[in-house]
Amino acid sequence: MPRPHVRAWFDRLFDLLPPVTSLGAALAVASILLIVMNANVGEAYLALAAGAFGTENATAETLVKAIPVLFIAIGICVAFRASVINIGGEGQMIAGAVAGVTIAIAFGGRLPPLLVIVLSLLAGFAAGAVYGGIAGFLKAYFNVNEILSTIMLNQVAVQMMNFLLNGPLLDPTEVGTNHIPKTARILNELQLPRLTIGWFDGVEVFARTRLHYGLILAILLAVVVYVLLWHTPIGYRIRAVGFNDRASRYAGINVRRQVVLAMCLAGGCAGLAGVVQVLGLQYRLQTDGSPAGFTANAGFNGIVAALFGGLNPFGAIPASIFFGGLLVGAQNMQRDIGVPASLITAVNGIIVIFAVSSQVFVQRRRQRRRNIEINPPTTASSPEAAAATRKAQA
Amino acid sequence: MTENGRRIDTLEMRGIVKRFPGVLAVDHLDFDVQAGEIHALLGENGAGKSTLMKMLYGLYQPDEGSILINGRETRIRSPQDAIAQGVGMVHQHFMLVPSLTVTENTALGIPSKWQLDLKSIARGLDELSEKYNLKVNPNLPIWQLSVGEQQRVEILRALYKGAALLILDEPTAVLTPQEVDDLFRILHRMTDDGRSIIFISHKLHEVLSISQRITVLRAGRRVDTIPTTAATKPLLAEMMVGRPVVFEYARRATQVSSERLRLDRVSALSNRGELGLKEVSLTLHGGEITGVAGVSGNGQSELAQVIAGLRAIKSGTITLDDTDVTGKSPRQRHEAGISYIPEERMLDGAIKEFTVAENYILQDHARPPFNRGGLLNLRAIREACERAVKDYEIKTPTTDTPIKSLSGGNIQKLILARELSRSPRLLIAAQPTRGVDVGATEYIHRRLLEERANGTAILLISEDLDEIFALSDRIAVMYEGRIVGVLPRESVTLRQVGQMMAGAAMDAV
Ligand SMILES: Nc1ncnc2c1ncn2[C@@H]1O[C@H](COP(=O)(O)OP(=O)(O)OP(=O)(O)O)[C@@H](O)[C@H]1O
Ligand SMILES: [Mg+2]
Repeated sequence: MPRPHVRAWFDRLFDLLPPVTSLGAALAVASILLIVMNANVGEAYLALAAGAFGTENATAETLVKAIPVLFIAIGICVAFRASVINIGGEGQMIAGAVAGVTIAIAFGGRLPPLLVIVLSLLAGFAAGAVYGGIAGFLKAYFNVNEILSTIMLNQVAVQMMNFLLNGPLLDPTEVGTNHIPKTARILNELQLPRLTIGWFDGVEVFARTRLHYGLILAILLAVVVYVLLWHTPIGYRIRAVGFNDRASRYAGINVRRQVVLAMCLAGGCAGLAGVVQVLGLQYRLQTDGSPAGFTANAGFNGIVAALFGGLNPFGAIPASIFFGGLLVGAQNMQRDIGVPASLITAVNGIIVIFAVSSQVFVQRRRQRRRNIEINPPTTASSPEAAAATRKAQA
Repeated sequence: MTENGRRIDTLEMRGIVKRFPGVLAVDHLDFDVQAGEIHALLGENGAGKSTLMKMLYGLYQPDEGSILINGRETRIRSPQDAIAQGVGMVHQHFMLVPSLTVTENTALGIPSKWQLDLKSIARGLDELSEKYNLKVNPNLPIWQLSVGEQQRVEILRALYKGAALLILDEPTAVLTPQEVDDLFRILHRMTDDGRSIIFISHKLHEVLSISQRITVLRAGRRVDTIPTTAATKPLLAEMMVGRPVVFEYARRATQVSSERLRLDRVSALSNRGELGLKEVSLTLHGGEITGVAGVSGNGQSELAQVIAGLRAIKSGTITLDDTDVTGKSPRQRHEAGISYIPEERMLDGAIKEFTVAENYILQDHARPPFNRGGLLNLRAIREACERAVKDYEIKTPTTDTPIKSLSGGNIQKLILARELSRSPRLLIAAQPTRGVDVGATEYIHRRLLEERANGTAILLISEDLDEIFALSDRIAVMYEGRIVGVLPRESVTLRQVGQMMAGAAMDAV
């Protein structure tokens, strides 16, 4: 039977569909926009690709942009698996960054550097967890819609950060001047080391780029969260609650507690995104006062990356890198072709729309396919034997 | 004959094959229906009955074989297509939108023209309802209707769309005996009209009383098709299962131990916010089966949930083994030895998206050996589940199969296996054999009696009086949220229980 094989192959191809189609559709729409703007479409995309992955440095920048997105995406996997729609990555990331940088500045030079780094990461995780936990708690115990509460908490976080950076946490050297809202710089010894990858023959990749160890931390976190979700009782409960809260209650699972826990974990991951951004890249907390001044929208891009990665922490890794590439490439496109980088923001949004709708499409198809899927027949008992005995008896 | 002039004189399925991952659900099967006929389809859980019918209704496409309507080969690509060809189906699980009215639910499936004429639909429904004596008010929202009424809505809807052939997949599983009689009257009226009906049920007496022909399936194949006049209960059971089935059980006398559970004037609200349970007092003993009889909706579900800790109580106390468990969580009660086979197995008893193995550890996922140092011991889980699958003869390709692709009876067996795996002190079994085939029913009954012999206290809630009488030591009758009487089985008759279920006082019967 050759046909079933062809079909199985075709179906596997179809599983890749949500990412591929939504990407294709988004690029098609972007092409139209480019044409309207009188730009050469081919050239624009080339510039985009070259900007993202064309050189060693471009690739490194793409990865640098992907790091916070990945942290957020991993957390989103947990929240969404529990059926909690966490839109609060931005706020949780800010909460984590504020806590982390405060610890780093307060204890820097007084304690061993490694200890301070660890404390700072823990503080960031804890702050993000508490901040996410608020929305989880409101949902679990007061039935407050988490989409609304997390979006509002994002605003609160931005205002808090602006207040702190203009007052208590303001860099002492900036006081009194027409200052930029930023904290003091953290000590060199507290900075996450730059990441270079030794290739064969002593060639080193990513030397002299801004790529830092945050990437390794993020990948480790992906492994931890993957194990948590699919290999521990905690993850079992979170997924159970996400699928069916009635059966979870029946099973003796405290549903409310899982909702809070999932939000705490998601917030914690986002908090880590914030600390790592400070310790690994900016070396201080700094903003231009706008909502995305510090986060660069990682809190939202992380949601897209998580959905794109199938709500699986490992899937989130390539997805985040892809979105990092879009962000970096867009700037290059703007520089080379003069197309505004905000076009890519639009493309981002379009991808979300297509990703979600093609997900629905594929689910429908998968359902229909369940009927066509060919598998070797296994059950083969013999009802006709029974019929024969029955006839014999008659 | 039918409204839109569609008529199905014969419908034939030839050499139908349907495969699912790891399962040959339907295997070169022939089947046919004639106009004016009620053709019953029998078979064990997972025999392929629903799958076969879903192919007729366009939900699945056959891998091989052909469907002929009035002698002409056709393809049924979708339910819309099926309806267009005069085939209607009422599913095992109803598919109505609770917040919409009967009329609106009917309008949902109708290919949209520019404007929806709800008034004319309502009028059409009224006429049909009159004609077949369905007693449905098209203007009521679904959530206000009883299960029996909802089913009549499903039938009405199919008729309105011009069904000349109606498939009923286990229509009686959720009906009271009275409602079953009503349904049968309606079905006869339909066949008098030249429509044909395919009737699926696990209840042999129903099949014997309503059908003209019976087809028995096993493991996706047809065992035989026989005229109902040539069929008897034991014969059908043996055709289905492949061995003689026992309908009467030898119930050995057991040592009834001391009091196990005591409910003292327990009251609780129902989902509708009324008092669903009114000052119910009841004691259960180890080694004893207490059957709860009653028309559904008279407080039985609330009673089970209250004991399991899933429904808050307004007043009263619950004592298990001399300890007050009134304020204890479901988990604590589970740990204290209360097991519960819930009535709504797909809503409460299992997580559809989880695998068979994941469902097997629903309560015990955090306990050894499944939890080893904070990690799930996947191997121990698989082994335990495989043992249960073997012991209980659960039909599943693997333990990693999503449970939603198992047939209803097999899901029920897994839940039973899970709840009995830890030798409970008290077992609440709510409708344990609803939708379960005769072989599995026998098996479940035997397991319940074994548990009784082991000294477990069992509360058996069932709408099937035969089941209650076959298993119970004592029978409690519920009516309007109260227990109107608890009687030893020997001292009551079926008729007396039936009267009490209808509200007659105990001393009046
Ligand atoms: N969508 C599906 N995906 C995979 N397997 C399926 C699916 N639907 C049914 N099956 C399998 O096909 C077989 C036949 O199932 P089917 O639902 O037709 O049984 P049934 O005779 O209706 O049983 P029951 O009396 O329990 O309703 C079963 O082994 C079941 O596990
Ligand atoms: Mg079925």
